[in-house]
Amino acid sequence: MQSTITQRQKTSMKGNNLPENPLVVIEPRKNWIALNLKDIWHYRDLFYILTMRDIKVRYKQTLLGAAWAVIQPLFTMLIFTLFFGKLAAMPSDGIPYPVFAYAGLLPWTFFSNVVTNSGNSLIGNSNLITKVYFPRMIIPGASVGSGLLDFVIAFGLLIVLMFYYGIGLSVNLFMLPALLILTSLLAIGVGMWMSALNVKYRDVRYALPFLIQLGMFATPIIYPSSLVPEKWRWLLAFNPLAGQIEGYRSAIFGKPFDWFALGISVLITLAILFYSAYDFRRMEKSFADLI
Amino acid sequence: MIFAEWKKVSLTLFEGLSKKNYLMKPIIKVENLGKKYKLGGERKRYSTVRESLTDAMRIPLKAFQRNKENGDNRFWALRDVNFEVQPGEVVGIIGRNGAGKSTLLKVLSRITEPTTGRVKLFGRVGSLLEVGTGFHPELTGRENIFLNGAILGMRREEITKKFDEIVDFAGVEKFLDTPVKHYSSGMYMRLAFAVAANLEPEILVIDEVLAVGDAEFQKKCLGKMKSVSDTEGRTVLFVSHNMSAVKSICQRGILLKSGSLEFDGDAVSAVDYYMQGGSDLSSFREWTETEMPGNDNIKIREASVYAAGKSTGEPILTSDDLVFEIEFYNKIEGNSIIDVTWDLLNVQGIHVAHLGKVCKPGGLLRGWHKTTAVLPKNVLNTERYVFSVQFGRNQRELLYRMEEILTFDIDDGIPTRGNNFDKFPGVIHPVCQWQTESIKTV
Repeated sequence: MQSTITQRQKTSMKGNNLPENPLVVIEPRKNWIALNLKDIWHYRDLFYILTMRDIKVRYKQTLLGAAWAVIQPLFTMLIFTLFFGKLAAMPSDGIPYPVFAYAGLLPWTFFSNVVTNSGNSLIGNSNLITKVYFPRMIIPGASVGSGLLDFVIAFGLLIVLMFYYGIGLSVNLFMLPALLILTSLLAIGVGMWMSALNVKYRDVRYALPFLIQLGMFATPIIYPSSLVPEKWRWLLAFNPLAGQIEGYRSAIFGKPFDWFALGISVLITLAILFYSAYDFRRMEKSFADLI
Repeated sequence: MIFAEWKKVSLTLFEGLSKKNYLMKPIIKVENLGKKYKLGGERKRYSTVRESLTDAMRIPLKAFQRNKENGDNRFWALRDVNFEVQPGEVVGIIGRNGAGKSTLLKVLSRITEPTTGRVKLFGRVGSLLEVGTGFHPELTGRENIFLNGAILGMRREEITKKFDEIVDFAGVEKFLDTPVKHYSSGMYMRLAFAVAANLEPEILVIDEVLAVGDAEFQKKCLGKMKSVSDTEGRTVLFVSHNMSAVKSICQRGILLKSGSLEFDGDAVSAVDYYMQGGSDLSSFREWTETEMPGNDNIKIREASVYAAGKSTGEPILTSDDLVFEIEFYNKIEGNSIIDVTWDLLNVQGIHVAHLGKVCKPGGLLRGWHKTTAVLPKNVLNTERYVFSVQFGRNQRELLYRMEEILTFDIDDGIPTRGNNFDKFPGVIHPVCQWQTESIKTV
């Protein structure tokens, strides 16, 4: 009997009969704890569609289209090869410098694009925020998709480069998906936090490109982490991306993984992700009023 | 067999029970709802490094942000609002601009959080505060239907199921695979409304979205809205400035005034109540000695706009003569040829008129003066207008200018409108002299 009643209630939603308890209670939020994962799950279609929108729109009305995904890291690599590889004779752990730099630039480009796009995503979608309800985290989160696609396209060129320089594919590549997930989480963490700050302080929009530029030099992309003197190397561990970039190189070139550095990177990534989710939830309620 | 019989009986019993119990149960319960906004300026003190850092970054900007609003810069957009809505009711929410209508809709659609009180919703809410939210110009009509549907909270299967109906309603079959940036504005609006009209929530919250599209399409939308509540028993909350639409569509009307509920009753009474009274602060302004805006030449003490024969604050209709009045202090010694000019802009930012005149050909002496101008009726269209005023000397030299001194609405006073419930398009709406002669009938 009990089950019949609940069933009746469900089907009766269309008619005049209403559920016993309110579906939604709107009141001032007291705690942030409710991350509202259920709500995010309910809106998964929106996540998918926003991701597809970003992917579809990204290279619309461009002459070169998806080639841009390759052009960006390729030309950066060429310039770095000229200045750091040739002129400055930067060591590269015995790997030809162009491939070495390109392998570092790939995840870096992915990370910086996702952070930039998601950092500006709330502002860019202000029309949605002031007009419709949905879990706001979906917006910065949906920036990962197009970045991943770019990564995959640019990865094709890496294979070509490796073939050209006679570097074989290694079994270590099995770690690549895990690394990509880790970098995605870090990028979402940083990007989500930036996007929320950006709503209140538009300074972020100007600071972000600059910070990303700085970040590039604080990360072993143009140089190997072995270049950093032994006694200072622990400092690099504070940069969660440093461990990850070296991880990508190990996966691509078949070198042993630095599990310790990766472990610390995982911990810091998760800490950033949770803190930024917390801060995002805290600031979220004022988005519509501030944006 | 017996079990099945028993089940049937118990279900009927339940049906009866539930009707008794639930029929009069509201679908929306609004309790002591309040929403407070901060008006720039003051900010909370944070103690973290991060906040201080961003604070430091903001210092150079602060100099520009210092406005005159130093006093109490919080205001209640909504205050102690209480009401209940029964399932199937169509409620019109009316009130002047800034009365809190849009804030109420935003709280109900969970876009912004209330400061106090709560809303209990016993059904899914679909809100339509804008048609075509999130439409992307580069995407095709087909892609935008899915995008917009998802934004409005529809599942993919739901959109797929309704796809043909949406396309049919919008009448854009031929252009489905064309990016919407190539659509005409009419097509764009039709497509956008079609998606929203096919939402299936129990509660539909609609802001003034019908002010778009051509007359034929408006009729279609209004028809759809009526059928939504009549046949499908859905609850509709509808914000509008268009009194004839509220009267014809809604059963019930809620009038908001400065954030509080002023009147709640049947739609016709609510509209009548609204048309007779209610004050709009910005159609009349006066300043105390110390607050008076101005400079060394001119100080303004009072400015108002009102309908001839009515008092300030009463609604102004298109069929009213419009009087604008300004009281000012001429601080210039001696006799000067001073002119007053009103700049009239509508909310679209269109400069509708620039109306000026020399106050007195012989000039004005130092002291207090009042200038009145009358704009004849049946010239302006239903719209929200913004007045700026400026004073000049010798019709050459600018003495003082105050932007946006008054803001007011002109409501619809056109008696026969046929089937067009909405604002007539166009900047002006004069009444013409019409005549038809039959030359020859065959």
